[in-house]
Amino acid sequence: MNWITNYVRPRINSIFSKRDMPENLWTKCDECGTMLFHRELSDNLNVCTNCDHHMVITPRERFNALFDGGIFTEVEVPKPIADPLQFRDQKRYPDRLKSAQKSTGETDAMLVAEGEMGRTPIVACAQDFSFMGGSMGMYVGNAIIAAAERAIKLKRPLILFSAAGGARMQEGILSLMQMPRTTVAVNLLKEANLPYIVVLTHPTTGGVTASYAMLGDVQIAEPNALICFAGPRVIEQTIREKLPEGFQRAEYLLDHGMLDRVTHRTALRDELVSILRMLMGMEPPIKGDLPAPDLTPASSKDVPETSETT
Amino acid sequence: MNYLDFEKPLAEIEGKAEELRALARGNTEMDVEAEAKALDKKAQDLLKDLYKSLTPWRKCQVARHPDRPHCRDYINALFTEYTPLAGDRNFADDHAVMGGLARFNDQPVVVIGHEKGNDTKSRIEHNFGMARPEGYRKAVRLMDMADRFGLPVITLVDTPGAYPGKGAEERGQSEAIARSTQKCLEIGVPLISVIIGEGGSGGAVAFATADQLAMLEHSIYSVISPEGCASILWKDAERMREAAEALRLTAQDLEKLGVCDRIIPEPMGGAQRDKAATIAAVGQAIDAMLRKHKDMDRKKLIAARRKKYLDLGAKGLAA
Repeated sequence: MNWITNYVRPRINSIFSKRDMPENLWTKCDECGTMLFHRELSDNLNVCTNCDHHMVITPRERFNALFDGGIFTEVEVPKPIADPLQFRDQKRYPDRLKSAQKSTGETDAMLVAEGEMGRTPIVACAQDFSFMGGSMGMYVGNAIIAAAERAIKLKRPLILFSAAGGARMQEGILSLMQMPRTTVAVNLLKEANLPYIVVLTHPTTGGVTASYAMLGDVQIAEPNALICFAGPRVIEQTIREKLPEGFQRAEYLLDHGMLDRVTHRTALRDELVSILRMLMGMEPPIKGDLPAPDLTPASSKDVPETSETT
Repeated sequence: MNYLDFEKPLAEIEGKAEELRALARGNTEMDVEAEAKALDKKAQDLLKDLYKSLTPWRKCQVARHPDRPHCRDYINALFTEYTPLAGDRNFADDHAVMGGLARFNDQPVVVIGHEKGNDTKSRIEHNFGMARPEGYRKAVRLMDMADRFGLPVITLVDTPGAYPGKGAEERGQSEAIARSTQKCLEIGVPLISVIIGEGGSGGAVAFATADQLAMLEHSIYSVISPEGCASILWKDAERMREAAEALRLTAQDLEKLGVCDRIIPEPMGGAQRDKAATIAAVGQAIDAMLRKHKDMDRKKLIAARRKKYLDLGAKGLAA
């Protein structure tokens, strides 16, 4: 790390920090224990090249891979009131928040962006599990509402990548109230007839699963992601028996009819492009490396592109 | 009478008075009435003192008191022609959730609520008020019916939370809760909700997302139980008193935060000490809340409900 990483704002920071020599060139897969070369790992979107284990990926890394050329514009999220309950456990909530902001370089647990994915205009939001367990508080609620409003304004579909331990206890009832609040956002999209696609990543649990993360038009999960309302430990304590292997994992939910698909992270982008273009009544996507932007006008039937100019 | 731990001194005094009277019944020459009356007075003063300012944790205890009136009591006393409607048309009928058609002051309505049960047998039957997906799906079905036929919906919330079980998860507990909350936000008829005891997390939100939410004076509504919060944040479930304090889960705090629209006063010593008066007070509150929505049209209702939730929490406790 050099001086610039400490003094430059996070967004600029992320451009530079890529060129940094990582302190450790090797990452150990937490599933199979294989040592993975960092570049190889990040090229594979943090999926273990040996066992296909999907490791944590930050919203920014995900967006870099998702949007064409890694280009996206962040959508501004209205800041909620800080520490509404003056919550204090062993630490003060503002202190917990500050340390999470420092370690992740993000404002809160959700990043919202707009851009093009396979030439398909979208709005996307991604939850950050490394930020206080991705927990849903007022900021996350505001982010989803802002994303939905932006999508409606631009007549674009919304893709949401979920990852959270649940509601943010430090915001008490106001975190719980994000369940109805985010559901209003989903209903607004529904009314505007815009696709809302949820990609559930490891782990998505609690109040998050019981609201916006389960209300998508299409529900996709990453392999082996834990998706549940009550966590396995709570259930084991309640029913006092061991739970079967793979319980509440993505494949298990798929088997039980709770998901449309379980899709490998590296195949996700193409799949999302394909699904969205069909739902939006657009022409088939162009596979592989995209040619230079097509400048022939009018003949294109791409709905959002034309609607943007009107 | 079940006494809570902080009511122990009260239990002693009331017990003594009771004993005296029992003695007197066996022996007609003894005159204990004056002494018993003095004890009664002492008990009354103590009760007043105890309930004057309950700590949040004590409120949790009162909210969970087994002798409080439950959903069934309210339905029996406040509604006529109650016709329970069962089943989610998919899998089962959930006995933790009761609901159906009824009349409230002669007006046809749909009433839905969590029932906890009041003895071991009925508690097990009602699964302690912890609903499974079928319960939420039944509620969705009933709300749809209310919407089609223009009947107001009244929900009575009293649940420790949604049931954390294997089958419940298999059948999509989270999806069922999400759909129920979504339905609450979509129906074009008035939705009035009263928290009569415990409003436990997502299991409560699924019914309590309403045009107006009333809470009984000693009821609670929280994102997590104080015990659960203490075991996660303090790593010690025994610190629930501090957690209850920090979570701001009392009706009084929730009113300040704009989550609760109306507090319904309870009799001295809590709802469990005078069920009839509590039920009557809830009836009056429901009546008053329903009146507010008498001539609202569908679109306005839905828009106002949405706005209520979108605006919620903008000011924090300072509101």
